[in-house]
Amino acid sequence: MIKVENLSKAFGPKLAVNNVSFSVERGEVLGFLGPNGAGKSTSMRMITGFIPPSDGKISVGGFDMLTNPIPAKRMIGYLPENAPAYVDMTVHGFLGFCAELSGLRGDERKKAVHRVVEMCFLESVLYQSVDTLSKGYRHRTCFAQSIIHDPDVLVLDEPTDGLDPNQKHEIRGLIRRMGERKAIIFSTHILEEVEAVCSRAIIIDRGQIVANGTPRELKLKSEFAGAVLLVVRGVAGARLTERLGSVPNVRKALIVKEENGQVWARAYPMAGNRTGELLRDVLAAANTWQVDELRSEEGRLDEVFRSITLPETAQEKTK
Amino acid sequence: MNSLANIKTIAKRELGGYFSSPVAYVFIVIFLLLTGFFTFMAGNFFERGQASLDSFFMWHPWLYLFLVPCVGMRLWAEERRVGTLELLLTKPITAWQAIVGKFLASWIFLGLALALTFPVFLTVNYLGSPDNGVIFAAYFGSLLLAGTYLAISCMTSAMTRNQVISFIISVVICLFLVLCGFPPVTDLLTRMDKPWLVDLVSSFSVMTHFESFTKGMIDSRDVCFFLFVIGFALFTNGVIIRSHRAG
Repeated sequence: MIKVENLSKAFGPKLAVNNVSFSVERGEVLGFLGPNGAGKSTSMRMITGFIPPSDGKISVGGFDMLTNPIPAKRMIGYLPENAPAYVDMTVHGFLGFCAELSGLRGDERKKAVHRVVEMCFLESVLYQSVDTLSKGYRHRTCFAQSIIHDPDVLVLDEPTDGLDPNQKHEIRGLIRRMGERKAIIFSTHILEEVEAVCSRAIIIDRGQIVANGTPRELKLKSEFAGAVLLVVRGVAGARLTERLGSVPNVRKALIVKEENGQVWARAYPMAGNRTGELLRDVLAAANTWQVDELRSEEGRLDEVFRSITLPETAQEKTK
Repeated sequence: MNSLANIKTIAKRELGGYFSSPVAYVFIVIFLLLTGFFTFMAGNFFERGQASLDSFFMWHPWLYLFLVPCVGMRLWAEERRVGTLELLLTKPITAWQAIVGKFLASWIFLGLALALTFPVFLTVNYLGSPDNGVIFAAYFGSLLLAGTYLAISCMTSAMTRNQVISFIISVVICLFLVLCGFPPVTDLLTRMDKPWLVDLVSSFSVMTHFESFTKGMIDSRDVCFFLFVIGFALFTNGVIIRSHRAG
């Protein structure tokens, strides 16, 4: 549905987006990750046709955004960053206006407004003016306008920004459900959201794609992926690491912390090792000890994110 | 067909925007108070002893100079400041539909304010028997004049996200359009002994073109002048918006 090829955008001498290519098909939810200023919003603005790219091609549902923008835009629902809305209008008026611009008139318009009001729980503020709304309602109002014409493609720039946990949960559920029938791109800072909602994620840093895969694949890039955490009682830390270090599949073993006679140790696997094997080996090695806890770790997205997007000097510092 | 519908939608929203805030009412009241003051006090309507609205229309280029930019200044500057411009221009509409829609809405609003000056028309008809043809021609000219200033305000509004800056720039541009036909300026040029220069400069003035309307003449050249300036300013408006998006 969305196809982006060699997309670049320069603001003066600064390259905000540098040669980015990816595609999103129907039924996919693509998470767009990256530190602030990485070029997420700029990419989304280009995809939705708000700003033209310096170089590259964008096609949405087969329509080229540069040469044939109107049908391409008709397929997109867009929630810009910070959820802007006309503050002097009522929620009802605003949604009606957006429906009309998307080509819905008369009865169709009424139905569309009714549908999104129900989906986004806006009944209670329907005739309130937008500038009197709380941030959560305002965000949902803007989200409602993006889905008013039931578009095939949704582009959401930080859809859960500034919402409380319940609202976040609602919106995530909504995105996941809609993702079954639509192609969705959304950007976020919240990594757990990516795991909860996305079928695929792209990490973008300084204008370039630095990682692209399912959340699971990304997590495998983590140092912790497949590591085994062992908690034992009554063993000296040095002995523990020594014994764990000699286990065949272990690359290295480190003490995480020692507390109240308990020792937390983590054994990192050799590259390409399967978790189950390592787990069994560690358990065998810990045979005679009093084991309180033993679990294999999944790898952490935030750690992957940091290791990919932080410049090397900063990485040293955080260690 | 579709583009007309889009223009209508945008114009309707924009007009609604004026009336959902006090802006519209404040503007109309001030406009009517000022036209009344200038017509009857400064313009010596009664002392003239003529059944004409000359003293009413002669102030319009000056009144509009400050009032029209007030109407136009928010059109694009506000959208850019709040971020709704991004919303608007990612809808399946073209930029010129938005430009025309916004311009028309404000023009209709100004037309409404102008129409509410009908009591002076009634007054002069009650007191004497003026040439109503002249009055209607002058009203028509006044509307075109307002549209011209408005188009310039739209253009300056697109330049910045700050309404005050937009206001000041458009006042300056409109003032230039007024002054290049103003006698002190044309006299200065006459002294330079280059008649073609005088003609050229004063032909850019809204004063000379507006004057013929107040004398009851609807000359196609004058109408074309106003329409041309409106068209040019709106075209520039589009260019500015495009250049902003190109970054």
